[in-house]
Amino acid sequence: MTPAIELINIDKRFGAVHANNNVSLSIAAGSIHGIIGENGAGKSTLMSILFGFYRADKGEIKVRGQVAHIRSSTDAIAVGIGMVHQHFMLVEPFTVLENIILGAEGGRLIGPALDKARAALKKLAQEYQLDVDPDAIVGELPVGLQQRVEILKALYKGADVLILDEPTGVLTPDEADHLFRILKQLRDQGKTVLLITHKLREIMAITDRVSVMRRGEMVADFETAKTNVGELAEAMVGRRVLLRVEKTKATPGEVVLDVRGLTWRDKKNIPRVDDVSFTVRKGEIVGIAGVSGNGQSELLDVITGIARATSGQVLFKGEDVGAIDSAAILRAKGMAHVPEDRQHRGLITSFSAAESAILGYQRNDKLGKGFRLNYDAVVNQTRKQMEEFDVRPADPLLKSAKFSGGNQQKIILAREIGSNPDLLIVGQPTRGVDIGAIEFIHRRLIELRDQGKAILLVSVELDEIRSLSDRILVMFAGRMMGERPPSADEREIGLLMAGVAREAA
Amino acid sequence: MTSRSDLPRWVDIGLIPALNLVIAFMMAALVVLLIGENPFKALSILLGQPLFSLQGWCNILYYATNFIFTGLCVAVAFHAGLFNIGGEGQAYVAGLGAATPGLFVGAALAAFLPNALSQPLTLLICLLCSFMIGGLWGLFPGYLQAKRGSHIVITTIMLNFIAASLMQYMINRVYRPLGMQAVESRAVNDAYILNLREIGRAFGAKLPSTPLTPVIFIALIAAFAVWYLLWRSKLGYEIRTVGANPEAAIYAGISPPRIIMITMMISGGLAGLLAFHEVLGTQHRLVLEYVQGAGFVGIAVALMGRSHPFGIVLAALLFGLLTEGGTQLSFEIQSISKDLIVVIQGLVVLFMGALEQAFHPWLQRYFRQEG
Repeated sequence: MTPAIELINIDKRFGAVHANNNVSLSIAAGSIHGIIGENGAGKSTLMSILFGFYRADKGEIKVRGQVAHIRSSTDAIAVGIGMVHQHFMLVEPFTVLENIILGAEGGRLIGPALDKARAALKKLAQEYQLDVDPDAIVGELPVGLQQRVEILKALYKGADVLILDEPTGVLTPDEADHLFRILKQLRDQGKTVLLITHKLREIMAITDRVSVMRRGEMVADFETAKTNVGELAEAMVGRRVLLRVEKTKATPGEVVLDVRGLTWRDKKNIPRVDDVSFTVRKGEIVGIAGVSGNGQSELLDVITGIARATSGQVLFKGEDVGAIDSAAILRAKGMAHVPEDRQHRGLITSFSAAESAILGYQRNDKLGKGFRLNYDAVVNQTRKQMEEFDVRPADPLLKSAKFSGGNQQKIILAREIGSNPDLLIVGQPTRGVDIGAIEFIHRRLIELRDQGKAILLVSVELDEIRSLSDRILVMFAGRMMGERPPSADEREIGLLMAGVAREAA
Repeated sequence: MTSRSDLPRWVDIGLIPALNLVIAFMMAALVVLLIGENPFKALSILLGQPLFSLQGWCNILYYATNFIFTGLCVAVAFHAGLFNIGGEGQAYVAGLGAATPGLFVGAALAAFLPNALSQPLTLLICLLCSFMIGGLWGLFPGYLQAKRGSHIVITTIMLNFIAASLMQYMINRVYRPLGMQAVESRAVNDAYILNLREIGRAFGAKLPSTPLTPVIFIALIAAFAVWYLLWRSKLGYEIRTVGANPEAAIYAGISPPRIIMITMMISGGLAGLLAFHEVLGTQHRLVLEYVQGAGFVGIAVALMGRSHPFGIVLAALLFGLLTEGGTQLSFEIQSISKDLIVVIQGLVVLFMGALEQAFHPWLQRYFRQEG
């Protein structure tokens, strides 16, 4: 049987980033095919190419065996490809019907199109059990129904192949289950479904086949029935050369950070951090492992005062700081933070290195008394830090954007460690950092631990977590799945990362 | 506004403004041609008359004084990522701050202090009040932006109209003495800034008639103060951080709403200093519409000066020259009105703001081998 979609040797670069590296993929007609990978693995780029948002630098797309030149979403729709975006493309003040005909108005007058759509919608609703009130205002519908409108929109335009990009990210578990029923229904009626996600459970629950992407490459392809979450997690995260870090056994001291029942809900009231408890002691590194997007970023935001906890406590050196939503106050108390997102938070790319090197510490008296910022002191301090952390080029006046990722990270690390904190919180310390800098950064973190500092490490690199941490916590869907020693079996941690509870493992 | 380019610095701060200016001039020449006049003759009058007379230079500096204040007003807000279009209104309302102490406090001080002491003291109070009232008029949209998310461009534009109506009311109903025909306050004699001609007369020198006053030095001090604030103070660092990357600011523990409000207060205050200059130095009374569009020229000045105080002083001089030259031009060539200068200003704003990036790819290609 001819595959519904074939992607052959697709290649796409964005500047230095190789988003898709020679990716090939074949999707059988009438199946649900999952594409899984971490954030930034290149899934969305691939789908954007398929849907005509981007054009591949190289490669070919075949639809039902025919080479297709997809230059825009109109072309994609014309060959029967429909897409449900992660962030819905709906006009909220419009009714369901008005949204459905959007882009298919077919004439100067809207009336005939609306009548036609009303009839078609009724038919679709019967065929796929996709009931929505055609006259409801979209903005007033719950998220699950809005998504249904997106699906209907694609079907109305004659989609045979439906791409869903992270469809459950905004849904409650009930809504997600309902969506899965709809998708199965669609498959049974002969439609082809492409499901993009980073959630292993969804893949296992509804797909027929699954392809795994990592760092822009298609690394594995499984029949879902013949694989398991452990294998998938491993393929997703990948085995990198284990970077051995020389370290002695930790000698943990008193508790520095004590998190109790911490919960943080987003604007839609979905708990992103869900009843999390753990402690970090002096002289130890506690690593939080997990596939990205499972609440680690939100957890860091709440602890460091960027977001305010919905409930629960954060005890820092015995004091409840959960209600403090100013990073400056926490810094002054001795909590340093290397943020996950270096470019958008860690430094200011348009500032000089010296100016970036005081971000968050600009009120420090060492940098000038009172109102004044002593520029010479700033530059001198940066020069010293650059020497100590081997930042290249060691030029405090160079624009921050001009440093490589590794050197930017060293500037940030130098700044945060230089403040002599009691607790260092580090997010993705070596993301996008070259090997040499990785080693250097890891050594510094171990040194800091040996000086008796407490370190909380969050990384999506399991190897990094395993080689640095003295205790490993695994986070999944906002919850702590359990604690393991770094010597624990990689497969076992992988299972926890995939959300498989202890009993099942 | 921080530069977003990878171009050599001199290109960014020198060549691009110069290029934009040349093109604005060329377009203006086209307009002159359409009117049916000789653009070269117009240019020679526009530049020649002011540049080759002492009076011309004095008038350039007089205009520049106002433009430095309003240019700084726009630039400070720019650095926090805010586009303050309300300089006009802020400068206008600040007239209340400039005139009121001069009208009432001055007389009280003069009653028991010698004139040589009461005048400077009153002027100082007027200066502070001008800054504060202008600042409050800027703080208001700042608050709306910070706490309510109302876009500052919209609110500052609307507040310009409100300022105009408010001042019309205040001058007509509150400040105008009973029985006076002209819509203006009584003369502010207790806070009187002498102009250059009057100062010269005191020393027996005969200087040309010009509204130029020593307030130009206050403008230069303000330019230095803004530089110091932005690049040598902790507050300035936080202002620039919020402007460059609000997310990084929150990470650093800086509260963007707080910074937005403080910045808008400083920005409005700087515009308010124009009132000090005009009300006490030129008009010597509160009159209608003394700002005369200087608040809007400030936008062009800030854009042209790349939001740097030094650049702003230069750009203010340039616009001072254009304003003075434009006045001369409208005397000499009847068919050209002073509004031609507004056309040039508009073109500069268009090229510096909206089309700032127009030459960018081209220049970048040209300078790549250097970088």
